[in-house]
Amino acid sequence: MALAKPYLDIPGTTIFDADQSRKGYHLNQFCMSLMKAGNRARFKADERAYLDEWPMSEEQKQAVLARDLNRCIALGGNIYFLAKIGATDGRSFQQMAGSMTGMSEQEYRDMMIKGGRPIEGNRFVGEQRMAGK
Amino acid sequence: MARTNARITASVYTSHVPAIGAAIDHGKTGEPYWQPVFKGYEFSKRWMKDNTPDVILLVYNDHASAFSLELIPTFAIGCAAEFAPADEGYGARPVPQVIGHAELAAHVAQSVIQEDFDLTIVNRMDVDHGLTVPLSLLCGQPQVWPCRVIPFAVNVVQYPPPSGRRCFMLGQAIRRAVESYDEPLRVQVWGTGGMSHQLQGPRAGLINREFDNAFLDRLIADPERLSKMPHIDYVREAGSEGIELVMWLIARGAMADVAGGAKPTVVHRFYHVPASNTAVGHLILENKP
Repeated sequence: MALAKPYLDIPGTTIFDADQSRKGYHLNQFCMSLMKAGNRARFKADERAYLDEWPMSEEQKQAVLARDLNRCIALGGNIYFLAKIGATDGRSFQQMAGSMTGMSEQEYRDMMIKGGRPIEGNRFVGEQRMAGK
Repeated sequence: MARTNARITASVYTSHVPAIGAAIDHGKTGEPYWQPVFKGYEFSKRWMKDNTPDVILLVYNDHASAFSLELIPTFAIGCAAEFAPADEGYGARPVPQVIGHAELAAHVAQSVIQEDFDLTIVNRMDVDHGLTVPLSLLCGQPQVWPCRVIPFAVNVVQYPPPSGRRCFMLGQAIRRAVESYDEPLRVQVWGTGGMSHQLQGPRAGLINREFDNAFLDRLIADPERLSKMPHIDYVREAGSEGIELVMWLIARGAMADVAGGAKPTVVHRFYHVPASNTAVGHLILENKP
């Protein structure tokens, strides 16, 4: 029996469940390796070569190289793991989260200061009101 | 008659946003952006000085720091003598080592496992911002933390986390375990994480002020009913990472009123949006002496 997923109708949201976790295992474990300063330095020196040490799909590697976090998440990445890439790049969690919304860094920061993205219109797919517009 | 057993004196609830830790570590707490956040903890720091416990059982979640995908324990209790602050990719936070309480931790583990809660026992673990940011918020920047801390990690990274119900019942078992420990320790249970926030996808930045404040109301007044709220409500209403709030129910379950005692006193309540991507919520509940 397939996993029950009552959360699939939430807009703009990927729940990191067992299926995602299986798909993203090596991608996330690569991210985890960036917890060590030595690995961060090796990754920064030659990203492609470092990624090639991991049994990740080419698509996953390309998503990492492009820093396309939405793509990484679709391919099984989890934000807490992906955050290690952001940390390696010296980016804040807010910059990372904002990069997934299609907003500029300033627009996202301003939205948060004004109280964040509203829940109204963002509960179910089909009633979307992305970017708080 | 002098009390001879340990008891739970209070529970503390707070968000554990990493940017709050960074603001403290980099001396930015006075900046206009951060001032309102830290103002909400001024009372708490004084309260903590006046009510320093012997031990904090600190419920938090690891954010892919100590646990990778190799091992995902639903509940993990730190039984070591000490725990180092984790390097989460920016270098470790400049905060003191966390000194555990191995004897009480072992006692809690032995008691609640025999009450059917299958804890994972951890003898070596680094602790990340989930644990150290709440300590910084309540204790400031001391050379050593003012008391022992038992790290209690809950999986909220890979879905599903434990249910609110399970967390609430675990809190009750923890209270019984603490009260059967034959040393007169003052113990606080802290529940951390939340409140509404979503860190991923096009819906990132979600905040639900109404949900958060209703959660605080219900946590205080009717945690039993709140504990029955299903995961989907947390995720839909409070964001994919808002589900961390189930951890608050462990701390709430450990309070005396849940076992028929007196209602706790709400000594502090605070709510502010935003800290980075997150709504900050904070409560202190005291058991009647």
